[in-house]
Amino acid sequence: MAAGIRLEQVQKFFGANEVIRKIDLNIEPGEFVVLVGPSGCGKSTLLNLIAGLETLSSGHIHIGGAQVDDTPPRDRDIAMVFQSYALYPTKTVRHNITFGMQTRNIPKPDQEAAVDEFARLLQIDQLLERKPGQLSGGQRQRVAMGRALVRKPAVFLFDEPLSNLDAKLRIEMRTEIKKLHQRLGKTVVYVTHDQIEAMTLATRIAVMDDGSIRQFADPATIYENPADLFVAGFMGSPPMNMVPGRLVWDEGLFVVPEREHEGGLRFPIPAAAAARLGDDAGRKVVLGLRPETIFAAGTELPGPNRFVFEREVDVVEPTGPDTMIVFSVGGQDLIARVRPEDARAPGCSFRFEVDMDKAKIFDSETGLRL
Amino acid sequence: MMRLVLFVVLGVFCIYYLIPLVVMIATSLKSLEEIRAGSLLSLPQEVRLDAWGKAWNSACVGVRCNGLQPYVWNSVLMTVPAVLISTMLGALNGYALTKWRFRGADVIFALILFGAFIPFQVVLLPMARTLGQFGLAGTVPGLILVHSVYGLAFTTLFFRNFFIGVSDGILQAAKIDGAGFFRIFFGIVLPMSIPAIVVTVIWQFTQIWNDFLFGVAFTVGDSNPVTVALNNLVNTSTGVKEYNVDMAAAIIAALPTLVVYVVAGAYFVRGLSAGAVKG
Repeated sequence: MAAGIRLEQVQKFFGANEVIRKIDLNIEPGEFVVLVGPSGCGKSTLLNLIAGLETLSSGHIHIGGAQVDDTPPRDRDIAMVFQSYALYPTKTVRHNITFGMQTRNIPKPDQEAAVDEFARLLQIDQLLERKPGQLSGGQRQRVAMGRALVRKPAVFLFDEPLSNLDAKLRIEMRTEIKKLHQRLGKTVVYVTHDQIEAMTLATRIAVMDDGSIRQFADPATIYENPADLFVAGFMGSPPMNMVPGRLVWDEGLFVVPEREHEGGLRFPIPAAAAARLGDDAGRKVVLGLRPETIFAAGTELPGPNRFVFEREVDVVEPTGPDTMIVFSVGGQDLIARVRPEDARAPGCSFRFEVDMDKAKIFDSETGLRL
Repeated sequence: MMRLVLFVVLGVFCIYYLIPLVVMIATSLKSLEEIRAGSLLSLPQEVRLDAWGKAWNSACVGVRCNGLQPYVWNSVLMTVPAVLISTMLGALNGYALTKWRFRGADVIFALILFGAFIPFQVVLLPMARTLGQFGLAGTVPGLILVHSVYGLAFTTLFFRNFFIGVSDGILQAAKIDGAGFFRIFFGIVLPMSIPAIVVTVIWQFTQIWNDFLFGVAFTVGDSNPVTVALNNLVNTSTGVKEYNVDMAAAIIAALPTLVVYVVAGAYFVRGLSAGAVKG
């Protein structure tokens, strides 16, 4: 049975330091919510508060409809997977998995049955009599998951579970975690600093910065409609190009990049967006262009509101499927993502095409999306 | 060339440390005539174990002539419980101070640590009063109490420093698994701390077994530990000075700490390599 989680004005101080700033969050039963943000943003603390490993300074937490503010971790019907796996080093894999059931006085035959079931599911049935020290990183990860799964809790909490694995294994385990969630349908709260993990796993992402949630939405919305500059800059790789400039009215609304020479580039704003912005000429803004919205002119199907310009290629970075071209606007480096066959050598002039419908405009003072 | 110099220097130091032991063993195996006739460093011409037998069960300590045997037993009765109690409490202290951090934990640790720097002579009188109040004056249980209390500073320090390196994640996992303070301690933490336990046991055993000051101050006659009895045996002012018996008695008194070090020390090294578990 999955349970929802509701946070109300949750606040946490470490000494005089406010690390969680009155967060409200409503997680539906069966959701896979990823808390993502840079290190020190408070995401792990928030997870520990949900787990009950840290005490609230103020606010309330509800799990499955019950208020659990003062409930110890063991009575919250949760299980947790830790970044360092936190296996018990002196116990065998089997006893690592059964320890929680032993403390809860679950009958021996039931323990055995649960171990068998999940050991087979996680392919660790060959390892049950080994100690954690004799396992590889990926195997330990599986054991840590097994220990959480046998509890059959209402909520799973993951604290950067994949960050100690090598790149290939990380992608494998990511898929397995997603499969497990689809199969079991339990509520998951998952902490990571890796935006790709967040995008691939989540049903909804909470982007955190400095103790508060900047945006809480499904991955597509986070990516396509970021609430502010922070969210826009954090999600996406390579990151969104941010061009500071100001709005100019000249029979249509344009963004003129800062320090761009007289008569240089200016990005036309599509009429729909311009209507939303209103007549605000002179206002300082930041133009956000994702690398994939800048490509070699004429290589994509034509569309409305395309803007074509020429610039010199500064740096060429092939990644395999795409090639990144770095060029400069107003003294600032921008990245375009082009097909490898369209790339030109550094120093060449290059015709870029921008899909201005995908451009985001932010207020340069508040950072909020306009 | 440098190697040669190194080995010569090391060799000299080895001899320097080993000669007293060689002299003790050699002398304990000689007869009194041979001791009087020969030189200190000469090896025994005829190996005789009489002196060892005498030191063990018939040499006179004070007015009783039963050898060191009853006093060795006293020391065992005192040392084993005192080592177990102080090690156990030290482990519990270190665990509570590092893994269940509470307000004032640092102050309490500082105060406990302060105990490691108090010279024992300072506490003799207050301790004597306390033992008197408890009705434990002059008894082996009294000595167990004294050693347990004064061992705590060191055992707490050892375990605190060990547990500070144990990942908090393991504790958090155990809490979520539903284990409480003592269940985590006995089920998870104590089995992990075997290296710390061995170090602490070696240290405490050596300290308590070798203690003379508390033994001489807080026990009388029949309840003396072996260190005090050895002193009384050697310092007997009547009769002929039996150097071979003195030497044998001194070695008997020192042997247990050596055995503990060799046995537990080997286990310690093995435990370190076999139990090398990364988080």
